[in-house]
Amino acid sequence: MKSKLAGILLIVVLLVGMAAVSCTKEEPVKTTAPAATTVAPATTTPPKPSNPEIIMASTTSTRDSGLMDVLIPIFEQKTGYKMKPVYVGSGAAMTMGQQGNCDVLLVHSPAAEVTFMQGGYGLNRRLIMHNDYLIVGPKTDPAGIKGTTFATDALKKIADSKIKFYSRGDNSGTDALEKSLWKKIGISVADNSTSNPSWYKEGGTGTGMLDLLRIASEKIGYTITDRSTYVANQKAVGLDILVQGDPVLLNIYHVIQVNPDKWPKVNAAGAKAFSDFMVSADTQAIIAKYGLDKYGLALFFADAGKTEAQLGSQ
Amino acid sequence: MDMIIDGIVQAFRLLIHGDPQVLRIAALSLLVSGAATLLSLFVGIPLGSVLGLVRFPGRRFLISLINTGMGLPPVVVGLAVSIFLWRNGPLGILHLLYTPSAMVIAQFIIAFPIVAGFTMAATQQLDPKLRLQILSLGASRLQLVWLLLREARLPMLAAIMAGFGAVISEVGASMMVGGNIFGQTRVLTTAIVGENAKGEFAYAIALSIILLALVFLVNFILTLVQQRSKVR
Repeated sequence: MKSKLAGILLIVVLLVGMAAVSCTKEEPVKTTAPAATTVAPATTTPPKPSNPEIIMASTTSTRDSGLMDVLIPIFEQKTGYKMKPVYVGSGAAMTMGQQGNCDVLLVHSPAAEVTFMQGGYGLNRRLIMHNDYLIVGPKTDPAGIKGTTFATDALKKIADSKIKFYSRGDNSGTDALEKSLWKKIGISVADNSTSNPSWYKEGGTGTGMLDLLRIASEKIGYTITDRSTYVANQKAVGLDILVQGDPVLLNIYHVIQVNPDKWPKVNAAGAKAFSDFMVSADTQAIIAKYGLDKYGLALFFADAGKTEAQLGSQ
Repeated sequence: MDMIIDGIVQAFRLLIHGDPQVLRIAALSLLVSGAATLLSLFVGIPLGSVLGLVRFPGRRFLISLINTGMGLPPVVVGLAVSIFLWRNGPLGILHLLYTPSAMVIAQFIIAFPIVAGFTMAATQQLDPKLRLQILSLGASRLQLVWLLLREARLPMLAAIMAGFGAVISEVGASMMVGGNIFGQTRVLTTAIVGENAKGEFAYAIALSIILLALVFLVNFILTLVQQRSKVR
């Protein structure tokens, strides 16, 4: 009796499995996903590279914007590579690159990236796109920072009025930028340090920007966020944009190939293919339009070929 | 409140329309956790039986290890497995990281101590005289163990349910060794975390309901089997 039922269960599981696998022959469409721009499929079969697996380490904000969900399938179809994207945070991504545990990086932590390149771990650091960060906070704005031109001035006001400020505390690109701003005004803060000021709180939840926005919203405090996460979740998060437009708040994304001289096992050809794909005109066009249909504004500016200095004038 | 209702409505819509994405995620959850549970039965039941029935030096120590293993934090297992499977780790050459196989490995390590622990407890609570009786009727070693396990099938089914329940609801290790990659290693638990982080609350709630329904269904079937063999 027992084995009969177990047998039936096994068959049911197998049938569900087969049904699911066969059902996904068509392009799956999530009911709430934004309309993806599709590329006309090539009439010839896609190329088959000898080493098809690429591990890309990227950041949670890249993931949460949904941009990679659009770009990766296009890349896979064009080149025949199989992408394994892992979203960890710029700091963790660069550590993975240093240890040769990934092939290519898509990160947004420029100061740390420069150090990474100086260490000889990366190849071909290329500017891909940017958007900007915002200082957000409660509508009541107890520290009175609304409309402040310079981000550092706003942070000084927050520090002086000792209103709660929430930090990612996770070595991500956003975290690195935020900590650099505090450093500019002479306030030293560090991840998980007991000597941080009492009003400086750290999320460190490890799941990303949205959770921190929710925490700041619940606990009524300030925080720094990238525009795409904020715009995508404006309804759920009760915070207002208080400071924007300061050039230091630029959020710049680069793609970096992991140096195969340091780590022979990396998929150098695959990394280069992905890097070339990201700067190609077609991809840049998709990036420039991404978000228009769902949010009414493009979430990123496409920048391939420019230098960082040229980004000051948005 | 309307978000919760929205989630429930969306869950039904997804199921009725047979949304291929959701079906795929659910199927992968079942396959990975099912495979891990099955493997853990092959290792856990013999191990638990031996620990429960045989006296040997070092037994107490092994038992305490198994009991600790029952409470082993899944995320620690995930970290350990991913360190081994990293490209430049000791087993990197197998290219298993970020594949469903890696998830099966991690979930197997989480599940087998649970199955072993339950099996051990199940065999230990058997009447020792039963063993003598079976042996006196001329049973071989293997037949003895088989008959004892049949006697203990109620707690044994509990072992299966516990093992399966632990791994189908597990998210930390699956996230670390699987990476929640769309179309490759995305299972219900990791998808819920990912959708929540993206702000897709209704979809996350829908997936949660589906996960709960799945777990309930599996346990319902196993419970039917368990309670059926109760009174003979």
